[in-house]
Amino acid sequence: MVERRPGITLIAHLVLVLGVLLVSFPLYVTLVASTQTSEQIVQQAPMSLWPGSNLIETYRAALFGGQTASGSRISPVAPMLKVSFICAMVIALGKISISMLSAFAFVYFRFPGRTLCFWMVFITLMLPVEVRIGPTYQVVAGLGLLNTYAGLTVPLIASATATFLFRQFFLTVPDELVEASRIDGAGPIRFFIDVLLPLSATSIAALFVIQFIYGWNQYLWPLLFTTDESKYPIVMGIRRMLAGGDAGNEWNVVMATAILAMLPPALVVLLMQKWFVKGLVDAEK
Amino acid sequence: MAIEKRVRFGNRWLPWLLVAPQMVIVTIFFFWPAGSALYQSVLLQDAFGGSTQFVGLENFDRLFSDGSYLASFRTTAVFSLLVASCGICIALVLAVMANRVIRGATLYTTLLVWPYAVAPAIAGVLWLFMFAPSVGIVSHALRGLGIEWNHLLNGNQAMALIVMAAVWKQISYNFLFFLAGLQSIPKSLIEAAAIDGARPWHRFWTIVFPLLSPTTFFLLVINIVYAFFDTFAIVDAATQGGPGKDTAILVYKAYYDGFKAMDLGGSAAQSVILMAIVIALTVVQFRYVERRVQY
Amino acid sequence: MKFKALCAAAIVAVATPAYAQVEIQWWHAMGGALGEWVNGLAKDFNDQQKDYKVVPVFKGSYDEAMTAAVAAFRAGNAPHILQVFEVGTATMMASKGAIVPVTKVMSDAGLKFDPKAYVPAVSGYYTAPNGQMLSLPFNSSTPVFHYNKDAFKAAGMDPEKPPSTWPEVALAAAKLKASGHKCPLTTSWISWTQLESFSAWHNTEFATKRNGFNGLDARLVFNTPLHVRHIENLANLSRQGLFFYKGRAGAADATFVSGECAMYTGSSAAYGNIKRNAKFASGISTLPYYPDVPGSPQNTVIGGASLWVMAGKNPVEYKGVGAFFDYLSRADVQAKSHQTTGYLPITLAAFEMTDKSGFYAKNPGSDVAVNQMIRKTTDKSRGIRLGNFVQIRAIIDEELEGVWSGKQGVKEALDTAVRRGNEQLERFEKANRS
Repeated sequence: MVERRPGITLIAHLVLVLGVLLVSFPLYVTLVASTQTSEQIVQQAPMSLWPGSNLIETYRAALFGGQTASGSRISPVAPMLKVSFICAMVIALGKISISMLSAFAFVYFRFPGRTLCFWMVFITLMLPVEVRIGPTYQVVAGLGLLNTYAGLTVPLIASATATFLFRQFFLTVPDELVEASRIDGAGPIRFFIDVLLPLSATSIAALFVIQFIYGWNQYLWPLLFTTDESKYPIVMGIRRMLAGGDAGNEWNVVMATAILAMLPPALVVLLMQKWFVKGLVDAEK
Repeated sequence: MAIEKRVRFGNRWLPWLLVAPQMVIVTIFFFWPAGSALYQSVLLQDAFGGSTQFVGLENFDRLFSDGSYLASFRTTAVFSLLVASCGICIALVLAVMANRVIRGATLYTTLLVWPYAVAPAIAGVLWLFMFAPSVGIVSHALRGLGIEWNHLLNGNQAMALIVMAAVWKQISYNFLFFLAGLQSIPKSLIEAAAIDGARPWHRFWTIVFPLLSPTTFFLLVINIVYAFFDTFAIVDAATQGGPGKDTAILVYKAYYDGFKAMDLGGSAAQSVILMAIVIALTVVQFRYVERRVQY
Repeated sequence: MKFKALCAAAIVAVATPAYAQVEIQWWHAMGGALGEWVNGLAKDFNDQQKDYKVVPVFKGSYDEAMTAAVAAFRAGNAPHILQVFEVGTATMMASKGAIVPVTKVMSDAGLKFDPKAYVPAVSGYYTAPNGQMLSLPFNSSTPVFHYNKDAFKAAGMDPEKPPSTWPEVALAAAKLKASGHKCPLTTSWISWTQLESFSAWHNTEFATKRNGFNGLDARLVFNTPLHVRHIENLANLSRQGLFFYKGRAGAADATFVSGECAMYTGSSAAYGNIKRNAKFASGISTLPYYPDVPGSPQNTVIGGASLWVMAGKNPVEYKGVGAFFDYLSRADVQAKSHQTTGYLPITLAAFEMTDKSGFYAKNPGSDVAVNQMIRKTTDKSRGIRLGNFVQIRAIIDEELEGVWSGKQGVKEALDTAVRRGNEQLERFEKANRS
């Protein structure tokens, strides 16, 4: 990066390619499985790694629904993609905004109960959702939020990951910047908007990707919580294709739907990289 | 918190306003249900809550006198250590490399982060496709290398399988945050060191790694929490705690009791214990490890 | 029957000024093609009358549906009908005030309900000792013996004469191995096929108190000499490379369909999947037995799920539930379900209708499962009603895995499983005492 050392760059590329192969291999399996027929997948042991010829048929069934070769009807994915999208956006934006505000308060202010509040927020990481999911249902039902988007998303905003990350980041911001903005006569809010926010660009981008995917892949909470099919997110749709019991599954359509379900997150990952601008922070500092 | 910022704003009511949204949500959607869930640990109930008996610490007693529960402490420790260390190290290497190359960085980043988007329901199925003894793609390849893969009966292989599956999921996550952290390091610092004659390896350890330490600390805590809590779905999909109890990590039993066995009291008791362990671990990390973090 | 329901509905309609169609929530765990079947049944029922609307809601796997129902019930929001797997039967029954027995629902709705019309071994599982049917059998299967006819031919055996006793199975396995087959024998759902159904098939108790039907103080007894002998045989076959353990639950199904394993004991409901996806000729036969055991073969134990009616709803809604169950029990509806899904018909009339239509002749082997069940059950073979059964099955899986991997002996494994399982039963008894 700094000096031109082609040797190191070559090694870097090799390591990255190896990493990509290892990490993306399961994705490749999904893709290949979606291009074969259901019979091909189960009959060949192990499954062939070369793309099959059934791509169009499979994706047509996955996208638009309809009868498949073995007689089961697939429901179209578009409504479920919409639900997942709304959930993902609300959760990601909601989490980032409230966390930035509270992290700002924890780091830059001194107020009674600050440590207590920080640990109260932090403890939310210490008990997984699944354990408290039953009582959460009761709370949400008691608030009358069943089968609503609010009930679907708000309980999932209550976690500390983002607050913790922003706290880490804010602690690294040099004090000189605060003093400089004070000298300029700016109050805390001004400082937050003009200085902190732009500096946090990469953290926000990273968090947005992670939280978007987290909200996008929600399964257990929507499962427990909704009885209205119009509020089923995409992962529930995928799950619903798996027959359960001892009946067989249409693996190719399941995999195709999984790939379709992964396209919006992939798009988010691609787009957010614009915020990963090298040197942006450099110029500010 | 030991770490304090020297400069601070003086407003009295503004901080309360800022933390209010998060505190409200956390109180209603975490503390209220969590309290309710944890209270079940001192009860013995039937599945639907029709008959409830207060049994004090009996649920805890039963756990601690169960040999297999105590054994799962060790299994969990091994598992979490492996997952956290492998996940962080591999991701760090990849992030440093990705930060270095100019051409193809976007592509590499996308391909390395994208697996995080695989729905957990599908991930479980994929691992089965790949690792099913004798017919899985990877098992087949391993047999070609002379390794007989049968995680159904070989405890070590079963542990290797769930570690691999858990680490795989986390590499994308860790990679993304490491990359973000690396991008925040001012280029000027690196350049100055290079002009001074420092070589890449030296530069990494004296400048980059310390500046990355806030991110590393964040990921350390998160990865430990992840290994303890968010991995039951992987165990459920891959080994169901088997063979025997070789991969029955603590959270798997808690989840199993709560979700499959409808033993909510037992599950709650285990969650209390798990929570205590992770809180203790986190306090230790904040107290001792954070000292070495450079802000 | 229908007239009475209509009258009742009419009275309600007159009594309540704003008459709306009564909605009945049905939570189920059927995905894929089975989900289509469920939706089809609901739609058909809804089309045939205007008073009630059954709304099927997919709630994930059996465990997830159960968890959802528990959470919903505690919040006062339970569904009307819940599909629960067979091992959850004791949990549903013993939970105070959670359910309403089917017999009561039907009689309250003024519908005729004859328990004798149901296939004994199927409905017996879900019936209380006093004859009251607690839940409606819905998708029931039973363990059968699947075998690869092509592999048999290659090994020089007659594909139309499958082994019927365990000694014959061992011989067949040896011949398959000799002809080069890598995995002659395996099994899925090992507790269900090799211990539970095994016991019933040999008219032996799996647990005391008639397998738990007669009280919460039942205790496990699957470590008798007969059981030890059987598992010891399997362990021997395993050591000889004739029997392979292919995982818990239904993991072994895929190994048969792909042709990897030539014979396996598994659910009769796998029939459809096998027929469609296997590229070899396959056959079904009855579960193997030991001919020297008196009373065998008796009948096998069902698997699958049944429909439970949750408590806390109003009488009008229960009338709707009754009407729907009445619809589900109709011979033609049952026959169609049986033929499309491969699950067992729950009424004798449905079985006869299917028989008369020539279905069994056209699909040889599809009647094996039914024939295993259409027998008069004994006290020891009616079914199993044990609390914390999910944990007990996991315990059995764990201990037997120790046997297959050579870590422990058979008697030791079964004794430990019985001991650990009994702890679970004690706990269940304590939790459901009142």
